[in-house]
Amino acid sequence: MTDYSLDELCAVACAEAWRGDGEILASPIGVIPSIGARLAKETFAHDLLLTDGIASLVANTLPLGGSPKAKVVEGYAPYRTIFDIVWSGRRHVMMGASQIDRFGNQNIAFIGDPRRPKAQLLGMRGAPGNTINHPTSYFIPSHSTRSFVAKVDAVSGVGYDRAAALGPHGARFHHLRRVISNKGVFDFETPDHTMRLRSVHPGVKVEDVVAATGFTLVIPDKVEETRAPTAEELRLLRDVIDPTGLGKKELGA
Amino acid sequence: MADKRMTVDDVVAELRDGMTVGIGGWGSRRKPMLLVRAIARSSLKDLTLVSYGGPDVGLLCATGKLKKIVCGFVSLDSIPLEPHFRAARQNGTVEVVDLDEGMLQWGLYAAALRLPFLPTRAGLGSEVMKLVPELRTVKSPYDDGEELVAMPAITLDVALIHMNRADARGNGQFLGPDLYFDDLFCMAAKRRFMSAERIVPTEKLLDEGSVHTLRISRMMVDGVVEAPGGARFTSCEPDYERDEALQREYAASAASPEAWNTFRAKYLGAAS
Repeated sequence: MTDYSLDELCAVACAEAWRGDGEILASPIGVIPSIGARLAKETFAHDLLLTDGIASLVANTLPLGGSPKAKVVEGYAPYRTIFDIVWSGRRHVMMGASQIDRFGNQNIAFIGDPRRPKAQLLGMRGAPGNTINHPTSYFIPSHSTRSFVAKVDAVSGVGYDRAAALGPHGARFHHLRRVISNKGVFDFETPDHTMRLRSVHPGVKVEDVVAATGFTLVIPDKVEETRAPTAEELRLLRDVIDPTGLGKKELGA
Repeated sequence: MADKRMTVDDVVAELRDGMTVGIGGWGSRRKPMLLVRAIARSSLKDLTLVSYGGPDVGLLCATGKLKKIVCGFVSLDSIPLEPHFRAARQNGTVEVVDLDEGMLQWGLYAAALRLPFLPTRAGLGSEVMKLVPELRTVKSPYDDGEELVAMPAITLDVALIHMNRADARGNGQFLGPDLYFDDLFCMAAKRRFMSAERIVPTEKLLDEGSVHTLRISRMMVDGVVEAPGGARFTSCEPDYERDEALQREYAASAASPEAWNTFRAKYLGAAS
Protein backbone atom coordinates (compact mmCIF):
# COMPACT_ATOMS: atom_id res chain seq x y z
CA MET A 1 0.00 0.00 0.00
CA THR A 2 1.47 3.28 -1.11
CA ASP A 3 0.75 6.47 0.78
CA TYR A 4 -0.93 9.21 -1.15
CA SER A 5 -2.89 12.35 -0.36
CA LEU A 6 -6.43 13.41 -1.23
CA ASP A 7 -5.30 15.80 -3.97
CA GLU A 8 -3.41 12.95 -5.64
CA LEU A 9 -6.43 10.67 -5.43
CA CYS A 10 -8.63 13.42 -6.90
CA ALA A 11 -6.12 14.13 -9.68
CA VAL A 12 -6.23 10.47 -10.71
CA ALA A 13 -10.06 10.48 -10.56
CA CYS A 14 -10.04 13.59 -12.78
CA ALA A 15 -7.60 11.91 -15.19
CA GLU A 16 -9.96 8.93 -15.45
CA ALA A 17 -12.68 11.22 -16.84
CA TRP A 18 -10.65 11.60 -20.07
CA ARG A 19 -9.97 7.87 -20.50
CA GLY A 20 -10.89 6.72 -23.98
CA ASP A 21 -11.45 10.22 -25.38
CA GLY A 22 -8.87 9.82 -28.15
CA GLU A 23 -7.52 12.76 -30.15
CA ILE A 24 -9.51 15.67 -28.74
CA LEU A 25 -8.77 18.82 -26.75
CA ALA A 26 -8.84 18.26 -22.99
CA SER A 27 -9.72 21.55 -21.28
CA PRO A 28 -9.21 21.36 -17.53
CA ILE A 29 -10.28 24.46 -15.55
CA GLY A 30 -8.42 24.81 -12.25
CA VAL A 31 -5.46 23.19 -10.55
CA ILE A 32 -6.57 19.61 -9.79
CA PRO A 33 -8.27 19.09 -13.18
CA SER A 34 -5.12 20.47 -14.88
CA ILE A 35 -2.97 17.97 -12.98
CA GLY A 36 -5.44 15.23 -13.90
CA ALA A 37 -5.48 16.06 -17.61
CA ARG A 38 -1.67 16.07 -17.79
CA LEU A 39 -1.57 12.77 -15.93
CA ALA A 40 -4.10 11.23 -18.34
CA LYS A 41 -2.05 12.37 -21.33
CA GLU A 42 1.17 11.11 -19.80
CA THR A 43 -0.25 7.67 -18.92
CA PHE A 44 -3.31 6.20 -20.66
CA ALA A 45 -4.62 8.94 -22.99
CA HIS A 46 -1.55 9.85 -25.05
CA ASP A 47 -3.52 11.32 -27.94
CA LEU A 48 -5.17 14.12 -25.91
CA LEU A 49 -4.32 17.70 -26.86
CA LEU A 50 -3.63 20.29 -24.18
CA THR A 51 -3.12 24.05 -24.32
CA ASP A 52 -0.77 26.19 -22.25
CA GLY A 53 -3.80 28.20 -21.12
CA ILE A 54 -2.73 31.04 -23.41
CA ALA A 55 -2.85 30.30 -27.13
CA SER A 56 -0.57 27.33 -27.84
CA LEU A 57 -1.15 23.60 -28.02
CA VAL A 58 1.70 22.03 -26.09
CA ALA A 59 2.97 18.56 -26.99
CA ASN A 60 5.15 17.81 -23.97
CA THR A 61 4.08 17.43 -20.35
CA LEU A 62 5.21 20.41 -18.31
CA PRO A 63 4.95 20.91 -14.56
CA LEU A 64 2.29 23.25 -13.23
CA GLY A 65 3.41 26.67 -12.04
CA GLY A 66 6.19 27.36 -14.53
CA SER A 67 9.09 25.30 -15.71
CA PRO A 68 12.65 25.61 -16.91
CA LYS A 69 11.79 22.92 -19.45
CA ALA A 70 11.05 24.29 -22.92
CA LYS A 71 7.52 24.13 -24.24
CA VAL A 72 7.14 21.98 -27.34
CA VAL A 73 4.45 23.84 -29.26
CA GLU A 74 2.43 21.72 -31.67
CA GLY A 75 -0.26 24.18 -32.67
CA TYR A 76 -1.90 27.59 -32.38
CA ALA A 77 -5.18 27.84 -30.48
CA PRO A 78 -6.27 31.40 -29.70
CA TYR A 79 -9.71 31.86 -28.16
CA ARG A 80 -11.42 32.00 -31.53
CA THR A 81 -10.00 28.58 -32.43
CA ILE A 82 -11.03 27.21 -29.04
CA PHE A 83 -14.62 28.35 -29.68
CA ASP A 84 -14.52 26.60 -33.07
CA ILE A 85 -13.26 23.43 -31.40
CA VAL A 86 -16.05 23.67 -28.79
CA TRP A 87 -18.71 23.92 -31.47
CA SER A 88 -17.11 21.14 -33.54
CA GLY A 89 -17.33 18.84 -30.52
CA ARG A 90 -13.67 17.78 -30.38
CA ARG A 91 -13.27 18.73 -26.73
CA HIS A 92 -13.98 17.48 -23.22
CA VAL A 93 -13.97 20.22 -20.60
CA MET A 94 -13.75 19.84 -16.85
CA MET A 95 -15.19 22.91 -15.15
CA GLY A 96 -15.89 23.89 -11.58
CA ALA A 97 -19.37 24.45 -10.21
CA SER A 98 -20.52 26.75 -7.43
CA GLN A 99 -23.74 24.72 -7.45
CA ILE A 100 -24.79 21.49 -9.16
CA ASP A 101 -28.10 19.62 -9.02
CA ARG A 102 -29.08 15.98 -9.49
CA PHE A 103 -29.46 16.34 -13.27
CA GLY A 104 -26.06 18.01 -13.51
CA ASN A 105 -27.28 21.55 -14.03
CA GLN A 106 -24.32 23.74 -13.06
CA ASN A 107 -24.19 27.32 -11.82
CA ILE A 108 -21.12 29.54 -12.02
CA ALA A 109 -23.00 32.78 -12.74
CA PHE A 110 -24.56 34.19 -9.57
CA ILE A 111 -26.44 33.36 -6.36
CA GLY A 112 -29.81 34.96 -5.66
CA ASP A 113 -31.89 37.40 -7.70
CA PRO A 114 -30.50 37.92 -11.23
CA ARG A 115 -31.20 41.65 -11.06
CA ARG A 116 -29.45 42.08 -7.76
CA PRO A 117 -27.58 38.90 -6.87
CA LYS A 118 -26.55 38.13 -3.33
CA ALA A 119 -23.25 36.98 -4.82
CA GLN A 120 -22.07 37.72 -8.33
CA LEU A 121 -19.84 34.86 -9.49
CA LEU A 122 -17.98 34.41 -12.78
CA GLY A 123 -20.85 34.81 -15.23
CA MET A 124 -21.92 32.26 -17.82
CA ARG A 125 -18.42 31.96 -19.34
CA GLY A 126 -18.45 29.10 -21.86
CA ALA A 127 -20.67 26.77 -19.83
CA PRO A 128 -23.86 26.92 -21.98
CA GLY A 129 -21.93 26.32 -25.20
CA ASN A 130 -19.64 23.67 -23.70
CA THR A 131 -22.40 21.53 -22.28
CA ILE A 132 -24.60 21.58 -25.38
CA ASN A 133 -21.72 20.80 -27.74
CA HIS A 134 -19.37 18.24 -26.20
CA PRO A 135 -18.60 16.08 -23.15
CA THR A 136 -18.36 17.94 -19.85
CA SER A 137 -17.15 16.88 -16.41
CA TYR A 138 -16.99 18.80 -13.15
CA PHE A 139 -14.54 19.00 -10.27
CA ILE A 140 -15.98 20.35 -7.03
CA PRO A 141 -13.36 20.55 -4.28
CA SER A 142 -15.74 21.13 -1.39
CA HIS A 143 -18.67 18.75 -1.37
CA SER A 144 -21.51 20.09 0.77
CA THR A 145 -25.23 20.83 0.69
CA ARG A 146 -24.21 24.32 -0.45
CA SER A 147 -22.60 23.00 -3.64
CA PHE A 148 -24.69 19.86 -4.27
CA VAL A 149 -28.12 21.50 -4.20
CA ALA A 150 -31.74 20.61 -4.94
CA LYS A 151 -32.05 23.56 -7.32
CA VAL A 152 -29.33 25.78 -8.79
CA ASP A 153 -29.94 29.54 -8.74
CA ALA A 154 -29.04 29.84 -12.44
CA VAL A 155 -28.27 27.21 -15.05
CA SER A 156 -24.92 27.96 -16.73
CA GLY A 157 -24.05 24.39 -17.71
CA VAL A 158 -27.02 22.41 -19.01
CA GLY A 159 -28.16 19.30 -17.11
CA TYR A 160 -29.88 16.18 -18.41
CA ASP A 161 -33.47 17.27 -17.67
CA ARG A 162 -33.09 20.48 -19.65
CA ALA A 163 -31.18 18.73 -22.44
CA ALA A 164 -33.99 16.14 -22.71
CA ALA A 165 -36.56 18.94 -22.93
CA LEU A 166 -34.79 20.20 -26.07
CA GLY A 167 -35.63 16.98 -27.90
CA PRO A 168 -33.32 14.58 -29.71
CA HIS A 169 -31.70 17.26 -31.92
CA GLY A 170 -30.92 19.75 -29.21
CA ALA A 171 -29.53 17.13 -26.88
CA ARG A 172 -27.56 15.00 -29.29
CA PHE A 173 -24.11 16.36 -28.34
CA HIS A 174 -24.89 16.80 -24.64
CA HIS A 175 -23.01 14.41 -22.38
CA LEU A 176 -22.03 14.85 -18.75
CA ARG A 177 -19.28 12.35 -18.06
CA ARG A 178 -18.20 12.62 -14.41
CA VAL A 179 -18.41 14.75 -11.32
CA ILE A 180 -15.45 14.48 -8.99
CA SER A 181 -15.57 15.93 -5.48
CA ASN A 182 -13.41 15.65 -2.38
CA LYS A 183 -15.71 12.84 -1.21
CA GLY A 184 -16.32 10.69 -4.25
CA VAL A 185 -16.86 10.24 -7.97
CA PHE A 186 -20.29 10.56 -9.58
CA ASP A 187 -21.83 9.96 -12.98
CA PHE A 188 -25.23 10.04 -14.68
CA GLU A 189 -25.37 6.43 -15.88
CA THR A 190 -28.91 5.88 -14.59
CA PRO A 191 -32.17 5.38 -16.52
CA ASP A 192 -33.30 8.98 -15.95
CA HIS A 193 -29.77 10.44 -15.95
CA THR A 194 -29.87 11.55 -12.35
CA MET A 195 -26.60 11.66 -10.46
CA ARG A 196 -25.23 8.39 -9.16
CA LEU A 197 -22.50 7.72 -6.67
CA ARG A 198 -19.91 5.89 -8.75
CA SER A 199 -17.28 5.48 -6.05
CA VAL A 200 -16.41 6.83 -2.63
CA HIS A 201 -12.92 7.98 -1.82
CA PRO A 202 -11.11 5.69 0.63
CA GLY A 203 -11.99 6.65 4.21
CA VAL A 204 -15.28 8.33 3.22
CA LYS A 205 -18.53 6.62 4.23
CA VAL A 206 -21.49 6.49 1.85
CA GLU A 207 -23.64 8.16 4.53
CA ASP A 208 -21.13 11.06 4.69
CA VAL A 209 -21.66 11.62 0.98
CA VAL A 210 -25.44 11.39 1.33
CA ALA A 211 -25.44 13.83 4.26
CA ALA A 212 -23.33 16.34 2.31
CA THR A 213 -25.62 16.21 -0.74
CA GLY A 214 -28.72 18.40 -0.99
CA PHE A 215 -30.63 15.99 -3.25
CA THR A 216 -31.29 12.26 -3.46
CA LEU A 217 -28.33 10.48 -4.98
CA VAL A 218 -28.67 7.16 -6.72
CA ILE A 219 -26.66 4.75 -4.59
CA PRO A 220 -25.79 1.38 -6.15
CA ASP A 221 -26.12 -1.75 -4.03
CA LYS A 222 -22.39 -2.08 -3.90
CA VAL A 223 -20.38 1.14 -3.90
CA GLU A 224 -16.82 0.84 -5.15
CA GLU A 225 -13.87 2.70 -3.68
CA THR A 226 -12.20 5.28 -5.90
CA ARG A 227 -9.06 3.65 -7.22
CA ALA A 228 -5.82 4.60 -5.56
CA PRO A 229 -2.98 6.13 -7.59
CA THR A 230 -0.41 3.63 -8.84
CA ALA A 231 3.24 4.00 -7.89
CA GLU A 232 3.99 5.23 -11.41
CA GLU A 233 1.18 7.79 -11.23
CA LEU A 234 2.50 9.07 -7.91
CA ARG A 235 5.98 9.41 -9.39
CA LEU A 236 4.61 11.40 -12.30
CA LEU A 237 2.48 13.59 -10.04
CA ARG A 238 5.30 14.36 -7.62
CA ASP A 239 8.32 14.53 -9.92
CA VAL A 240 6.93 15.69 -13.24
CA ILE A 241 3.48 17.30 -13.09
CA ASP A 242 3.14 18.98 -9.70
CA PRO A 243 6.59 19.13 -8.08
CA THR A 244 5.72 22.22 -6.01
CA GLY A 245 2.54 20.75 -4.51
CA LEU A 246 -0.05 23.16 -5.95
CA GLY A 247 -2.65 20.40 -5.74
CA LYS A 248 -2.15 20.07 -1.99
CA LYS A 249 -2.55 23.81 -1.56
CA GLU A 250 -5.76 23.72 -3.60
CA LEU A 251 -7.39 21.06 -1.45
CA GLY A 252 -5.94 22.34 1.79
CA ALA A 253 -4.62 18.84 2.36
CA MET B 1 -3.58 59.66 -47.32
CA ALA B 2 -5.54 60.32 -44.18
CA ASP B 3 -3.59 60.82 -40.98
CA LYS B 4 -5.89 59.43 -38.29
CA ARG B 5 -3.78 60.30 -35.27
CA MET B 6 -5.74 61.87 -32.47
CA THR B 7 -5.58 62.44 -28.71
CA VAL B 8 -7.35 60.59 -25.92
CA ASP B 9 -9.56 63.64 -25.39
CA ASP B 10 -10.51 63.60 -29.09
CA VAL B 11 -11.73 60.03 -28.68
CA VAL B 12 -13.76 60.80 -25.56
CA ALA B 13 -15.29 63.80 -27.37
CA GLU B 14 -16.72 61.35 -29.94
CA LEU B 15 -18.75 59.55 -27.27
CA ARG B 16 -22.26 60.50 -26.13
CA ASP B 17 -24.39 59.56 -23.15
CA GLY B 18 -26.30 56.32 -23.71
CA MET B 19 -24.03 54.96 -26.45
CA THR B 20 -23.18 51.27 -26.85
CA VAL B 21 -19.43 50.93 -26.56
CA GLY B 22 -17.49 47.74 -27.34
CA ILE B 23 -14.08 47.23 -25.76
CA GLY B 24 -11.52 44.75 -27.11
CA GLY B 25 -9.08 42.57 -25.21
CA TRP B 26 -10.01 39.72 -22.86
CA GLY B 27 -10.27 39.72 -19.07
CA SER B 28 -7.24 41.61 -17.82
CA ARG B 29 -5.35 41.37 -21.12
CA ARG B 30 -4.64 44.10 -23.69
CA LYS B 31 -7.46 46.40 -22.62
CA PRO B 32 -7.37 50.01 -23.90
CA MET B 33 -7.09 51.25 -20.31
CA LEU B 34 -5.83 54.75 -21.20
CA LEU B 35 -9.07 55.31 -23.13
CA VAL B 36 -11.13 53.60 -20.42
CA ARG B 37 -9.57 55.83 -17.75
CA ALA B 38 -10.43 58.90 -19.80
CA ILE B 39 -14.05 57.75 -20.02
CA ALA B 40 -14.01 57.13 -16.27
CA ARG B 41 -12.89 60.76 -15.73
CA SER B 42 -15.44 62.20 -18.16
CA SER B 43 -19.03 63.29 -17.52
CA LEU B 44 -20.38 60.51 -19.77
CA LYS B 45 -23.18 58.39 -18.38
CA ASP B 46 -25.67 55.58 -19.14
CA LEU B 47 -23.30 53.73 -21.44
CA THR B 48 -23.91 50.15 -22.53
CA LEU B 49 -20.60 48.28 -22.46
CA VAL B 50 -19.95 45.17 -24.56
CA SER B 51 -16.84 43.32 -23.47
CA TYR B 52 -15.01 40.11 -22.68
CA GLY B 53 -14.90 41.82 -19.36
CA GLY B 54 -11.98 42.79 -17.18
CA PRO B 55 -11.06 45.96 -15.31
CA ASP B 56 -12.60 48.03 -18.12
CA VAL B 57 -15.99 46.88 -16.82
CA GLY B 58 -15.08 47.25 -13.14
CA LEU B 59 -13.57 50.71 -13.49
CA LEU B 60 -16.56 52.05 -15.40
CA CYS B 61 -18.89 50.45 -12.83
CA ALA B 62 -16.97 52.06 -9.98
CA THR B 63 -17.17 55.47 -11.65
CA GLY B 64 -20.88 55.16 -12.41
CA LYS B 65 -20.64 55.28 -16.19
CA LEU B 66 -22.64 52.19 -17.04
CA LYS B 67 -26.30 51.44 -17.41
CA LYS B 68 -25.87 48.00 -18.93
CA ILE B 69 -23.15 45.42 -19.50
CA VAL B 70 -23.22 42.80 -22.25
CA CYS B 71 -20.65 40.13 -21.46
CA GLY B 72 -19.81 36.47 -21.06
CA PHE B 73 -17.85 37.03 -17.89
CA VAL B 74 -15.96 39.71 -15.98
CA SER B 75 -12.64 38.60 -14.52
CA LEU B 76 -9.17 39.90 -13.68
CA ASP B 77 -7.62 36.50 -14.63
CA SER B 78 -5.17 36.21 -11.73
CA ILE B 79 -8.03 37.46 -9.50
CA PRO B 80 -10.98 35.42 -10.81
CA LEU B 81 -13.82 37.64 -9.56
CA GLU B 82 -13.80 41.38 -10.46
CA PRO B 83 -14.65 43.11 -7.14
CA HIS B 84 -15.88 46.43 -8.56
CA PHE B 85 -18.17 44.65 -11.00
CA ARG B 86 -19.41 42.41 -8.19
CA ALA B 87 -20.16 45.43 -6.02
CA ALA B 88 -22.19 47.06 -8.79
CA ARG B 89 -24.10 43.83 -9.43
CA GLN B 90 -24.76 43.17 -5.77
CA ASN B 91 -25.95 46.76 -5.28
CA GLY B 92 -28.22 46.35 -8.28
CA THR B 93 -26.86 49.51 -9.92
CA VAL B 94 -26.14 47.97 -13.31
CA GLU B 95 -28.08 45.74 -15.67
CA VAL B 96 -26.30 42.70 -17.10
CA VAL B 97 -26.87 40.69 -20.25
CA ASP B 98 -24.92 37.58 -19.31
CA LEU B 99 -24.21 35.55 -22.45
CA ASP B 100 -22.18 32.48 -23.25
CA GLU B 101 -18.74 33.62 -24.47
CA GLY B 102 -19.39 32.15 -27.91
CA MET B 103 -22.80 33.82 -28.18
CA LEU B 104 -21.07 37.16 -27.66
CA GLN B 105 -18.65 36.37 -30.48
CA TRP B 106 -21.56 35.37 -32.70
CA GLY B 107 -23.45 38.61 -31.92
CA LEU B 108 -20.43 40.70 -32.88
CA TYR B 109 -19.80 38.60 -35.98
CA ALA B 110 -23.43 38.97 -37.09
CA ALA B 111 -23.15 42.75 -36.70
CA ALA B 112 -19.84 42.71 -38.58
CA LEU B 113 -21.44 40.82 -41.48
CA ARG B 114 -24.62 42.97 -41.40
CA LEU B 115 -26.72 39.91 -40.64
CA PRO B 116 -29.72 40.11 -38.28
CA PHE B 117 -28.58 36.99 -36.44
CA LEU B 118 -26.40 33.91 -36.60
CA PRO B 119 -27.57 30.45 -35.54
CA THR B 120 -25.84 28.52 -32.79
CA ARG B 121 -26.45 25.71 -30.33
CA ALA B 122 -24.77 27.67 -27.52
CA GLY B 123 -27.35 28.90 -25.04
CA LEU B 124 -29.97 26.19 -25.67
CA GLY B 125 -31.28 24.78 -22.42
CA SER B 126 -29.39 27.27 -20.27
CA GLU B 127 -30.65 30.13 -18.10
CA VAL B 128 -29.39 32.59 -20.73
CA MET B 129 -32.58 32.03 -22.72
CA LYS B 130 -34.68 33.15 -19.75
CA LEU B 131 -32.41 35.90 -18.42
CA VAL B 132 -32.18 37.51 -21.87
CA PRO B 133 -35.86 37.51 -22.88
CA GLU B 134 -35.23 39.09 -26.28
CA LEU B 135 -33.42 35.93 -27.45
CA ARG B 136 -35.32 33.84 -29.97
CA THR B 137 -34.75 30.45 -31.52
CA VAL B 138 -34.90 29.64 -35.22
CA LYS B 139 -35.80 26.40 -36.97
CA SER B 140 -33.48 25.11 -39.65
CA PRO B 141 -35.26 25.41 -43.04
CA TYR B 142 -33.59 22.17 -44.15
CA ASP B 143 -34.63 18.56 -43.60
CA ASP B 144 -33.01 18.34 -40.16
CA GLY B 145 -35.46 20.94 -38.82
CA GLU B 146 -33.16 21.61 -35.89
CA GLU B 147 -34.08 24.37 -33.44
CA LEU B 148 -31.18 26.74 -32.79
CA VAL B 149 -30.55 29.99 -30.94
CA ALA B 150 -30.83 32.97 -33.31
CA MET B 151 -28.12 35.10 -31.76
CA PRO B 152 -28.98 38.71 -32.69
CA ALA B 153 -26.38 41.10 -34.04
CA ILE B 154 -24.71 43.24 -31.37
CA THR B 155 -24.20 46.51 -33.20
CA LEU B 156 -21.86 48.97 -31.51
CA ASP B 157 -21.84 52.75 -31.70
CA VAL B 158 -18.14 52.79 -30.87
CA ALA B 159 -15.35 50.22 -30.57
CA LEU B 160 -12.19 50.82 -28.55
CA ILE B 161 -9.16 48.53 -28.91
CA HIS B 162 -5.48 48.58 -27.97
CA MET B 163 -2.74 47.20 -30.23
CA ASN B 164 1.00 46.77 -29.92
CA ARG B 165 1.82 48.75 -33.08
CA ALA B 166 -0.11 50.88 -35.52
CA ASP B 167 0.57 53.30 -38.32
CA ALA B 168 -0.89 56.79 -38.60
CA ARG B 169 -3.41 55.59 -41.17
CA GLY B 170 -5.05 53.12 -38.79
CA ASN B 171 -3.44 49.79 -39.59
CA GLY B 172 -3.00 47.87 -36.36
CA GLN B 173 -0.76 45.00 -35.31
CA PHE B 174 -0.97 42.54 -32.41
CA LEU B 175 2.36 41.03 -31.38
CA GLY B 176 1.09 39.00 -28.43
CA PRO B 177 -0.36 35.50 -28.39
CA ASP B 178 -3.99 36.29 -29.23
CA LEU B 179 -5.92 38.90 -31.19
CA TYR B 180 -8.96 38.02 -29.07
CA PHE B 181 -12.01 39.43 -30.92
CA ASP B 182 -10.70 42.94 -31.54
CA ASP B 183 -11.29 42.77 -35.30
CA LEU B 184 -14.92 41.81 -34.72
CA PHE B 185 -15.41 44.68 -32.27
CA CYS B 186 -14.15 47.09 -34.93
CA MET B 187 -16.24 45.52 -37.69
CA ALA B 188 -19.38 45.61 -35.53
CA ALA B 189 -19.03 49.34 -34.75
CA LYS B 190 -19.98 52.55 -36.49
CA ARG B 191 -16.94 54.43 -35.13
CA ARG B 192 -13.66 52.68 -34.26
CA PHE B 193 -10.77 53.98 -32.18
CA MET B 194 -7.47 52.24 -31.59
CA SER B 195 -4.74 53.07 -29.16
CA ALA B 196 -1.32 51.52 -29.70
CA GLU B 197 1.92 51.19 -27.80
CA ARG B 198 3.76 52.81 -30.68
CA ILE B 199 2.90 54.40 -33.99
CA VAL B 200 5.44 53.41 -36.63
CA PRO B 201 5.82 54.18 -40.33
CA THR B 202 3.78 51.74 -42.45
CA GLU B 203 6.94 50.30 -43.98
CA LYS B 204 8.14 49.32 -40.47
CA LEU B 205 5.06 47.23 -39.62
CA LEU B 206 6.70 43.98 -40.67
CA ASP B 207 9.88 44.65 -38.66
CA GLU B 208 8.51 43.04 -35.49
CA GLY B 209 5.87 40.58 -36.66
CA SER B 210 4.83 38.57 -39.70
CA VAL B 211 2.02 39.57 -42.03
CA HIS B 212 -0.30 37.34 -39.95
CA THR B 213 -0.13 39.88 -37.13
CA LEU B 214 -1.63 42.67 -39.27
CA ARG B 215 -5.24 41.88 -38.43
CA ILE B 216 -6.61 45.39 -37.97
CA SER B 217 -6.82 47.22 -41.27
CA ARG B 218 -7.28 50.95 -41.74
CA MET B 219 -10.76 50.42 -43.24
CA MET B 220 -11.75 49.21 -39.76
CA VAL B 221 -10.37 52.22 -37.87
CA ASP B 222 -11.35 55.90 -37.64
CA GLY B 223 -8.79 57.18 -35.18
CA VAL B 224 -5.40 56.18 -33.74
CA VAL B 225 -3.93 57.27 -30.42
CA GLU B 226 -0.29 56.68 -29.59
CA ALA B 227 -0.36 55.37 -26.03
CA PRO B 228 2.80 53.81 -24.62
CA GLY B 229 1.70 51.79 -21.60
CA GLY B 230 -1.86 52.34 -22.76
CA ALA B 231 -3.08 48.94 -21.56
CA ARG B 232 -1.62 49.12 -18.04
CA PHE B 233 -2.28 47.52 -15.57
CA THR B 234 -3.56 44.84 -17.93
CA SER B 235 -1.04 42.83 -19.92
CA CYS B 236 0.19 43.84 -23.37
CA GLU B 237 2.63 41.14 -24.34
CA PRO B 238 5.33 41.19 -25.55
CA ASP B 239 5.64 44.87 -24.59
CA TYR B 240 4.81 44.22 -20.93
CA GLU B 241 3.16 41.76 -18.60
CA ARG B 242 0.25 42.53 -16.32
CA ASP B 243 1.18 44.80 -13.40
CA GLU B 244 -0.06 42.37 -10.76
CA ALA B 245 0.80 44.69 -7.86
CA LEU B 246 -1.24 47.54 -9.31
CA GLN B 247 -4.06 45.15 -10.16
CA ARG B 248 -4.09 43.93 -6.55
CA GLU B 249 -4.33 47.56 -5.38
CA TYR B 250 -7.19 48.12 -7.80
CA ALA B 251 -9.02 45.01 -6.55
CA ALA B 252 -8.43 45.89 -2.90
CA SER B 253 -9.82 49.39 -3.47
CA ALA B 254 -13.33 47.91 -3.75
CA ALA B 255 -13.22 47.26 0.01
CA SER B 256 -14.19 50.79 1.16
CA PRO B 257 -14.92 54.29 -0.18
CA GLU B 258 -11.65 55.49 1.38
CA ALA B 259 -9.62 52.81 -0.37
CA TRP B 260 -11.39 53.61 -3.63
CA ASN B 261 -10.70 57.35 -3.32
CA THR B 262 -7.03 56.67 -2.77
CA PHE B 263 -6.80 54.35 -5.75
CA ARG B 264 -8.91 56.61 -7.91
CA ALA B 265 -6.63 59.59 -7.23
CA LYS B 266 -3.61 57.49 -8.12
CA TYR B 267 -4.97 55.81 -11.25
CA LEU B 268 -7.41 58.40 -12.59
CA GLY B 269 -6.11 61.66 -11.12
CA ALA B 270 -7.89 63.86 -8.58
CA ALA B 271 -11.50 62.98 -7.81
CA SER B 272 -13.91 64.97 -9.94
